[in-house]
Amino acid sequence: MTQHVKHSSSTLGTAELVTAEPDVAVRLPAGRRRSPARWIMLAVGLVAALALPWFVYPPVAMDIAAWALFAISVDLLLGYTGVLSFGHAAFWGSSSYVTGLIAIHWGVPFPLAILGGMLFAMVIAVPIGYLSVRRTGIYFAMVTLAFAQMVYFVANQLSALTGGENGLQAIPKSFFGIESVETDPFFFYYAAIGLILLGIWAAWRIIHSPFGRVLVAIRDNPARARALGYNVDRYKIIVFVLSAGLAGLAGGVFAISHGFTSLQELDWTTSGKVVLITVLGGIGTLWGGPLGAAIVVTLEDRLTSSGFEGTDIILGSVFVVIVLLFRHGIWGTLADLVRRAVKARQDPGD
Amino acid sequence: MSAFVQYTVQGLAAGGFYALAALGLAVIFGVLGVVNFSHGACYMLGAVAAAVLLDVLHVHFWVALVVVPILLFLVGVLMERLLIRWLLRLDPLYNFLLTFGLSLILVDVVKRRYGVSGLPYERPSGLQGQLQVGGIGLPTYSVFVCLLSLLVCGLVWLLLTRTRMGMIVRASTEDADRTRALGINVGRWVTPVFGFGIALAGLAGVMAAPFRAITADMGGNFVIILFAVVVIGGLGSILGAVVAGFLVGLVEAYGQAYAPTFAQVAIFVLMAGVVLFRPAGLFGRDETA
Repeated sequence: MTQHVKHSSSTLGTAELVTAEPDVAVRLPAGRRRSPARWIMLAVGLVAALALPWFVYPPVAMDIAAWALFAISVDLLLGYTGVLSFGHAAFWGSSSYVTGLIAIHWGVPFPLAILGGMLFAMVIAVPIGYLSVRRTGIYFAMVTLAFAQMVYFVANQLSALTGGENGLQAIPKSFFGIESVETDPFFFYYAAIGLILLGIWAAWRIIHSPFGRVLVAIRDNPARARALGYNVDRYKIIVFVLSAGLAGLAGGVFAISHGFTSLQELDWTTSGKVVLITVLGGIGTLWGGPLGAAIVVTLEDRLTSSGFEGTDIILGSVFVVIVLLFRHGIWGTLADLVRRAVKARQDPGD
Repeated sequence: MSAFVQYTVQGLAAGGFYALAALGLAVIFGVLGVVNFSHGACYMLGAVAAAVLLDVLHVHFWVALVVVPILLFLVGVLMERLLIRWLLRLDPLYNFLLTFGLSLILVDVVKRRYGVSGLPYERPSGLQGQLQVGGIGLPTYSVFVCLLSLLVCGLVWLLLTRTRMGMIVRASTEDADRTRALGINVGRWVTPVFGFGIALAGLAGVMAAPFRAITADMGGNFVIILFAVVVIGGLGSILGAVVAGFLVGLVEAYGQAYAPTFAQVAIFVLMAGVVLFRPAGLFGRDETA
């Protein structure tokens, strides 16, 4: 007498976020089309990344860069593989702890500590990914969320190691004895931004590789990808682990930059925040992550410093509006407008 | 032995909250295909509403038990009419994200209005103290929560299996298109069912009010455990949601009693086991993606 309920995912297509509504479909990364506009954008992006601490308070600039890479790691799954991880705080947060512990106890230069954190995030991503890919669509989001909460509780229990509610304090920024990097956030930004750019470059390489094309094929039609002989689950696990590595890299930079990490970085609200940033910027675009991070981090910083407390009311409202009206996100909406304008100019009779 | 019985009652009481709220989640998912992320926030709203009604209007617990779910029903109707409705034709992930945003707003509004420290709520007279059952002392309120949640689950069960309305709801969860083909206006049931699911979360909130700390954040962890509950039970299954709700409550209580270090982790280990060996959930039908 069990009440069985049919999964809506089977009526709405296979719950791939981007295929449900053809209008919202994210375009394939145009690998062949090397238009000058692309190079100009790349140059502008690089200059923006390098000039940021001149215009923004350097620690905030570092936050933007770290959240940007974190959002890109989520987008690698959401925008390019079609699965929503709602538990990425597990990787960002656990890496922040491991990075901090290595930096505190071994005193190695911070890039090495971050490497350790990143590897740890990838290691725990293997079982979590293995279990999570057994479910698709909305279930994947729920299962990853639950596992991330488990990591949170474990970190809370291991308070001898993690400092429990107090978090890890006084994480050093050791950098080959170069004092200006270790004490001045402005110089630290330039020491660390290379790692972030490396991470973004890695994401770009993954997306534009044959492997990345298979991911997009899985996103658009998992059944067809399977029929073509691709082991869909294995691809998903691999990209999940890679994505966790990028999230870990970002989390490590974040922890070193703040000199502090806490359970907040493992909290489910952190997972939610990065999804919010990704969707706000525009999924499946790579540029969306940095744009969304810049907006959200700056907004939070401004609201907090102006003494306004209802940050989540603002963020939540913005998010609701984006999901209701601008599902391409800000970057996606802008790109669409540009594309439409270009097309209108090319064939005016259309 | 008496300790074991006490832990069991404690677990069934905690499980009662999960079962009621998960039931609401399952009914909503069945008819609308929406996983409501704001379910935890609605549970919190239920508890806060009970506390505020008692404080301002001196509404007694027994009255709140009826009034608050009706209020939450109206909140649910508004949510569905104004927001959820527009995304129903899209991938369910969009409504998941929408309700997440909504949950951020609701929690922060309550936080700004009532602060972060807990609101007080006295256990209603008559439900204080202990009951002596066969020489074992049991907290009266826990027993009450067990019985009431079982009763409500039973009533919902009767509603779904014995009435025409329930038949329509079950038919549309089974196969909405075929139900439509049989001349049933499925769309008409979407709003009341959403409201009903939210009302169940609100009822769980009222029942939790005298039992738990009433804070704006009380729904955060709750909704994640709810997700674990429905993954364990099988999101498609209404019976699964109820059974898994009580099961998770028991695991939590026994965990706290016998292995406090792992109490909270145990639930997720249980979920991992289910995902590994029965991916569709204990009562779920195989999902064919």
